[in-house]
Amino acid sequence: MNDDDKNKHWLMREKTIRRLWIGTTIVLLATVVAGFFVSLPGHFNVDGQFWFFAAYGFFTCAVMVFAAKALGFILKRRDTYYDD
Amino acid sequence: MTIDQVPPGLVLIAAALLLPALRGWWRHAFVLLAPLLTLWLVWQIPDGRTLGAEFLGLEVIVVKGDKLSRLFGTIFCIMAFAGGLFALRQARTIELSSAFFYAGSAVGVSFAGDLITVFVFWELMALGSTMVIWSAGSDAARRAGMRYVMIHLLGGVLLMAGIVDFVAATKTIAFGVGPIQEVLTVDRAGTWLILAGFLINAGAPPLSAWLPDAYPETSPSGMVFLSAFTTKTAVYVLWRGFQGFDVLIWIGLFMVFYGIIYALLENDMRRILAYSIINQVGFMVCGIGIGTDMALNGAAAHAFTHIIYKALLLMSAGSVLHMTGKRKCTDLGGLFQTMPLTCICGIIGALAISSFPLTSGFISKSMISQGAADQHLAVVWFLLAAASAGVFLHAGIKFPWFVFFQKDSGLRPPDPPWNMRLAMILFAGLCILLGVWPQPLYAILPLQPVTYKPYTAYHVVEMLQLLLFSGLAFFVLLPFMKRTLTISLDIDWFWRRVGPVVVREFNKQNARARGLTAVRMQKRLTRMLETVFHYHGPKGVLARTWDTGATTLVIVALLAVYLFIYFI
Repeated sequence: MNDDDKNKHWLMREKTIRRLWIGTTIVLLATVVAGFFVSLPGHFNVDGQFWFFAAYGFFTCAVMVFAAKALGFILKRRDTYYDD
Repeated sequence: MTIDQVPPGLVLIAAALLLPALRGWWRHAFVLLAPLLTLWLVWQIPDGRTLGAEFLGLEVIVVKGDKLSRLFGTIFCIMAFAGGLFALRQARTIELSSAFFYAGSAVGVSFAGDLITVFVFWELMALGSTMVIWSAGSDAARRAGMRYVMIHLLGGVLLMAGIVDFVAATKTIAFGVGPIQEVLTVDRAGTWLILAGFLINAGAPPLSAWLPDAYPETSPSGMVFLSAFTTKTAVYVLWRGFQGFDVLIWIGLFMVFYGIIYALLENDMRRILAYSIINQVGFMVCGIGIGTDMALNGAAAHAFTHIIYKALLLMSAGSVLHMTGKRKCTDLGGLFQTMPLTCICGIIGALAISSFPLTSGFISKSMISQGAADQHLAVVWFLLAAASAGVFLHAGIKFPWFVFFQKDSGLRPPDPPWNMRLAMILFAGLCILLGVWPQPLYAILPLQPVTYKPYTAYHVVEMLQLLLFSGLAFFVLLPFMKRTLTISLDIDWFWRRVGPVVVREFNKQNARARGLTAVRMQKRLTRMLETVFHYHGPKGVLARTWDTGATTLVIVALLAVYLFIYFI
């Protein structure tokens, strides 16, 4: 740990961030694995797959982020726009 | 008059009017006790009409109780109490007084037994909420409040026009005996006018921009009050009057995604949360549109839980604004180091809005999705699931991340004063309590019995996968969400930019036309005066003095003409 890292709040240290990523990855995998063991009846067939909500959550969010980004090109203005 | 005939809303309104006369601890005690007294009165009202009178031949019912009225009355009083606590020592008296007036009017709407009473309290709410905005005292708040009141007065006009049509069609003003559409069918203008009046207050399209325009301009505590009443009374009246109205499903879904997309683009933390209000109300409107017992209970339960977690989020954001004076994500970051309580409460609110297991959102929002699944509305169900992921994206992670973590902004403010901390702890506790023990809320839902079980293994795994992977998407795509010093154009562009340009151009053309007209008129007047002067002036032919002979000749000639015409 370098001096710069030592002065930081423990939550902002690189080591903690690395551990958080590892912990998050384990939790993410655990939720998918849990789908194997939990009876997922599903309302509309495809949502009964053990991985479905993981994939659906990730990809729908990606679509929303890119849609917002695309709309931003048209809609974004300086935040003083209405002050002018 | 017995205690069950006292309109609880009027008690809070009376308290609002009395508040400016009090000082010191008397004022503090009054602010906290008035909502609790109102809450007690709410629970004294039995089912059915308790207070009414004849007015212009119509039966006006000021107080009419049922489960739905009590549910909304209860949460409005809890909100007034917690909001009062949060604002106790920081807000100006005019703000607190206006907020209680506003809250009392909202309670009045929830117990109104007829459309005239709904309308009266509806307009009082517009008055109270506008005063809350204006009490921030800034120039931006004054202008935003003016735009806000214009939209709400328009909504009031539409509502009144619809009520007139309703009365003409039914000869009654009753509200609460059943869905309005049973009487006012889709082919009647009145149905759509009443619906439009209600939807404007819900923040529905096309005029939804009033909400993110006005709310963020209020004081740190002002927005806490504003987040609770206007949109949720709109949900209440839609629930009562338009349940199962199909078009609401699609309006609700539009609101859900509109809120997400605009919140993702936003840099101002309070505008993020303002767009998120529209997003959450969209879920409720959609549930009302689905119209089954499950979806309707879900919409009512979600309104209840939403008021708590949204107020909590806004208390957290308000505390940051109060302590730093900043509200842009680009100026904030790293505040978790010195504002740990505000950060933790903000995270609890963010988890609740995202429907995370063990929080209040989980036990309410999922009822709406279940309602869609029960009706085999596949498209609606999949869109609601995507929207749940989107909520975690824009409010569940984005708000706490950019405000409390992200980068070290160098700001080192402490947590806010004790009353603000206490209000946050109270609502954070309620978010968790309702999440782990939903039965008390289910027991007061309007449609009994409630058999829904939120904690099934399927539902928990479903939500954990959905939310955690949307969180992963947030961090993976973080480079695409860099904050910029920008705003996003919304529908209010038409009345903030196009409107003034049109008015200015109109005034310019009007002035030009008036100038041209004046010049032409002056020319004509001059010409006319010259003509008159020519004939009647000192040397004019008609001004000369005639001799007697000439006069006699003219008279004889005129007489001859007269006789000739007479004999013809």
